[in-house]
Amino acid sequence: MASIKPRVKVPDSVAAGEVFTVKTLINHAMESGQRKGKDGNKIPRKIINKFEATFGGEMVFTADLATAISTNPFIEFSMKIAAPGDLAMTWTDDDGSVYETSKSIAIG
Amino acid sequence: MILSRRQALALGGAALTVSFVPVNFAVASEAGDAAIQAFTGGVAATEGGVDLTTPEIAENGNTVPISVSAAGATSILIVADGNPNPDVATFHFGAMAEPTAATRIRLAGTQNVIAVAKMADGSFKQSSHAVKVTIGGCGG
Repeated sequence: MASIKPRVKVPDSVAAGEVFTVKTLINHAMESGQRKGKDGNKIPRKIINKFEATFGGEMVFTADLATAISTNPFIEFSMKIAAPGDLAMTWTDDDGSVYETSKSIAIG
Repeated sequence: MILSRRQALALGGAALTVSFVPVNFAVASEAGDAAIQAFTGGVAATEGGVDLTTPEIAENGNTVPISVSAAGATSILIVADGNPNPDVATFHFGAMAEPTAATRIRLAGTQNVIAVAKMADGSFKQSSHAVKVTIGGCGG
């Protein structure tokens, strides 16, 4: 299986208090557990069930995801910050693996 | 009675017209209601106050872009009442986040997409959209 790599788009620097959009995409099959394979058996469910974003250790945005989220889940949210810091994002898989990435955002 | 060709065609045409009654969107599934109840804890949600954007017609049910926003919301639940599993997603917003989110979802067929927002004061608001799906997105 191809390695799972998150892609995140955030501005490098923002003005304090300015609302900006964070766009995230991660390549994942999001197998719903409803599909049948070639042998006629159901393919077991394997999805990313949780997405979390924290800024400087404080929760910004979390999403509980169900099977109805499309392949290669795309999540977009908006936030504003008062001080520079790191935006850390984690994706939790059904099998317990956690994929993570982090972006630093400056004030300027 | 023996029908002439002309009469037979006219009858057939009338029957066809009758069979094309508009699709009824108002079929909310019990599972969808249950998902909303679990989120609200039985509190009735008022209509409006939630901005839900969906396409009217989705050609491919595998990726339907949706976005939702609700001023003053702390979390927003998305339910697709015609899916085998009606839960779609729940978004929670922290102090730094704006109460808006967007994602892409799967829809098994033509159905309602419902967004329920939990407000900071504990009340609930909801809004729903009917989405026509040309090709369903749940495999099979």
